[in-house]
Amino acid sequence: MHDNASSADLAASVKILVAGGFGVGKTTMVASVSEIAPLRTEETITELSTGIDDLSGVEGKTTTTVALDFGRITLDESLVLYLFGTPGQDRFWFLWDELVRGALGAIVLADTRRLENSFAAIDFFERRGVSFAVAVNCFDSAQAYTTDEVREALDLDTETPIVLCDARDRDSCKSVLITLVEHLIAQVSTAVA
Amino acid sequence: MTGIGQSWFDDAAGPLVRPYAVTRGRTMGAGHDLDMLTLVVTVSPAPRLQHIETEYAEIVQLCSIAQSVAEVSAHLNLPLAVTKILVGDLIAEGMLNFRAPASSDSYNDIAGIGALNILQAVLDGIRKL
Repeated sequence: MHDNASSADLAASVKILVAGGFGVGKTTMVASVSEIAPLRTEETITELSTGIDDLSGVEGKTTTTVALDFGRITLDESLVLYLFGTPGQDRFWFLWDELVRGALGAIVLADTRRLENSFAAIDFFERRGVSFAVAVNCFDSAQAYTTDEVREALDLDTETPIVLCDARDRDSCKSVLITLVEHLIAQVSTAVA
Repeated sequence: MTGIGQSWFDDAAGPLVRPYAVTRGRTMGAGHDLDMLTLVVTVSPAPRLQHIETEYAEIVQLCSIAQSVAEVSAHLNLPLAVTKILVGDLIAEGMLNFRAPASSDSYNDIAGIGALNILQAVLDGIRKL
């Protein structure tokens, strides 16, 4: 059951994820390009607990509430793009299958003062086969690095785009999205050819 | 204090009614295969509402403008899973029209043609912003 008979006048929706470490500016980026003030929704994630945390009598499962901030961009009358950012420090959204399912691609936002905080997101997308671009949020107090230096530090292949950006600036965020989607198109075109 | 017509939501404490009370304890419903990005819109003219719970009326009102299940969840301050059950109920009763995200059907076609079309439309749309 994907839609009903009268759905023809409804737009189709697509999503792009914005991931990265705590405090790197994910919600800021979502807010910069969204046509609505970012909204927050939450989901309860269940995982099988392993090892010493396992409490007997609770069926070996733990649940965590994961919040998401998201924004919307109406691209035209037939297509709506949603941008999902993962707020807070928790990494439990990695367990949220629905979040990743069907995503066009992802932006990994990085801070050069804490590059290691973006490793988890990069690992995750590489493992799940989700194409991504890295956007380095240029904080005023951070030392400037070239994209080549960042690429080497993150051990990224040459195909993954890296761009410098200012998450507070709408045009800058737009150009990050354009870079990502052009990368996705190049990948699909290669696969089709 | 919560007066008549105000929602049972306290900014500090969160919902004052346990979320699954609204679904009468159901954790699965007609909505279990809805995606958080499924778009829903209220049928016009809307049939008579069969529920007394205020959440249903709020959804019907909210969805006079098409929006995603995730947006409904955010506006109603309800977890996604609960929202899906309520939206699923309203779909089953013919109150809402719905459309699944592009990604779950056309995007994953083998030839990749559908994917290319969607990506190109996304690119054109972002450039025009």
